[in-house]
Amino acid sequence: MIQQRNGERRVHMPKFEESSKVALAADVPGPATEQPLLAVDDLTVKIGTRVLLQGVSFTLSPGEFCGLIGENGAGKTTLLRSLVGTQPSPHGCVKVCGFPPSRARGMVGYVPQKINFAPDLPLRVCDLVQLGCDGHRLGPRWFSRKSSEAVSRALAAVGAEQFAKQRIGELSGGQQQRAVIAHALARQPRLLLLDEPLANLDFKSANELARLLGHLTREHGIAVLITAHDMNPLLSLMDRVVYLAGGRAACGSVEEVIQSESLSRLYGYPVAVIKHSGRIMIVPDTEGPQPDEACYMEPSNGRNRERITK
Amino acid sequence: MMGWFLSVLHCEFLRSGPVDTALLVGGSAAVVCAVIGVFTVLRGHAFAGHALGDVSSAGGSASFLAGISPLAGFLGIAALAALALEFLGVRKVREQDVATGIVLGAGLGLSALFLYFDITTTSTTGAAVTVMFGSMFALSSSIKWPAIIVACLALVAMGLLYRPLILSVVDPELASTRGISNHWIGVVHLLMLAMAVALAALSVGSVLASALLIGPAAASIRLSRRPTVAILGAVIIGLLAVWGGVWMAYESYYWFSGNSWPVSFFVVAIIFIIYLLTIPLKYLTGRKTPVPVAVQHATGAS
Ligand SMILES: Nc1ncnc2c1ncn2[C@@H]1O[C@H](COP(=O)(O)OP(=O)(O)OP(=O)(O)O)[C@@H](O)[C@H]1O
Ligand SMILES: [Mg+2]
Repeated sequence: MIQQRNGERRVHMPKFEESSKVALAADVPGPATEQPLLAVDDLTVKIGTRVLLQGVSFTLSPGEFCGLIGENGAGKTTLLRSLVGTQPSPHGCVKVCGFPPSRARGMVGYVPQKINFAPDLPLRVCDLVQLGCDGHRLGPRWFSRKSSEAVSRALAAVGAEQFAKQRIGELSGGQQQRAVIAHALARQPRLLLLDEPLANLDFKSANELARLLGHLTREHGIAVLITAHDMNPLLSLMDRVVYLAGGRAACGSVEEVIQSESLSRLYGYPVAVIKHSGRIMIVPDTEGPQPDEACYMEPSNGRNRERITK
Repeated sequence: MMGWFLSVLHCEFLRSGPVDTALLVGGSAAVVCAVIGVFTVLRGHAFAGHALGDVSSAGGSASFLAGISPLAGFLGIAALAALALEFLGVRKVREQDVATGIVLGAGLGLSALFLYFDITTTSTTGAAVTVMFGSMFALSSSIKWPAIIVACLALVAMGLLYRPLILSVVDPELASTRGISNHWIGVVHLLMLAMAVALAALSVGSVLASALLIGPAAASIRLSRRPTVAILGAVIIGLLAVWGGVWMAYESYYWFSGNSWPVSFFVVAIIFIIYLLTIPLKYLTGRKTPVPVAVQHATGAS
């Protein structure tokens, strides 16, 4: 069942050339003549002299559900920020429906990785979602039936009606997460970028959210690009995976990337992909040789331990 | 009740010229401070607001020397200080207090110099008290219209930027994905803050300006769940405090047999009492909500 164990610690990115070829092939099956919803071409992001992303290229068609994976610090958040046009100084070409990100804001919904709402913020969930419709507009807000319908639709989509009238800062992390997703959905985007949206959710909410996203891609042709460290709820939905390592990106089909070997190489940590009764599961492979455990356990060196506990 | 109320508001009270000016100038200060104070508190700029008030005393005392309108003095220096704050990095969390402290120190130094000149070279002996603690009944009636115009400008700017401001207060990243420039929002907010503080300094004095700016806003934020309600509540509390203070100061002439107490004292006292009252109120209103919603969510979500 367990396909392969990999105890090897350090890693180089899996065969880029080959994966990119696969990606190109994978792009064709969609309606090939159609303009891609998102086209990233040779994107490079530097901060100071450090290169965070280099030569990233991929496309996303309407209705496609794409995972974005990579270890901590691989540049997932940086990539998503470049796609919404908030990352300073990206080089290369990003086009959303043929427009640069700064002119396609109405078409993109973005859920940031982390938002700290102050507990005393006088803002209800429904107000936050309303800001998702019209938060960028100038002047006072006049009542409009259309926008209030959009708000209640977005709230219903994430199952947030029960706490829609509560202060957002007083909700649990998962409830806040859903509120932010509703905020992103309120403007009915065509491209949805989600940064770790499942991180705070319980099983039920995570699976419901995954189902919702699947529904949005299938029924409404929204393209979804989502990062997640726990990909299990998404496995049945993902059409494709973009993976980042060492500042470079490659795409692959799910079958190709979701494998013990490639995931282990990607994360530099043994990961097992288990197939059981038609389902796939990704688990950290704790039975294999553990790479670095020894250095935390070393009892002999008192100074070292002191440094670690500090 | 109503009859009592009317009889208390002696016709004299409303007909008196200084009272009229105090009500208008103080009222516009209260409204502008309440509206902008809510954003100031939510952005965590309460200290910066207080510092702008203190620093504007340099402008107030300079205006005595130069013989210009005190509003111009307060406003000019507060705006300069706001730009200095922006330049020194008030929006970076770490540097915020440092920037504010540096601007505050420099501004108060200037203020000390100008007040010294006021006292030594001119005959305005009361300048220090007027600049620092305000004297609403001594406002010249020619300042009425400039004050109202400044207030209207601040309110119009706020009305225009209301939604982007809220979004950038809620989360700068959400705002920037909407194409809102957090940098420019910050600059405009600081300039509006300077306007609010200048009006407050004119009415209750530069040292007490922060009471009018922070108190009503903070009290109202404690009690409300929506931004619009928070702003409305702050306006009501601010007007209550200023108009109530003016009325009490006017009446205190009769209460204390010919020795009326300063308006600023009453205004600040009312604000403080209202703020204290919000603590039990918050406790009472806060208890009601969580239980039913938690139960609903646990059972009804399926
Ligand atoms: N403002 C910044 N200044 C300097 N370096 C930065 C900045 N923002 C990000 N980085 C660096 O860029 C790299 C990528 O960061 P990013 O947040 O994109 O990682 P990530 O893939 O989202 O990681 P995680 O899984 O932990 O969310 C990190 O190594 C980080 O140190
Ligand atoms: Mg990240």
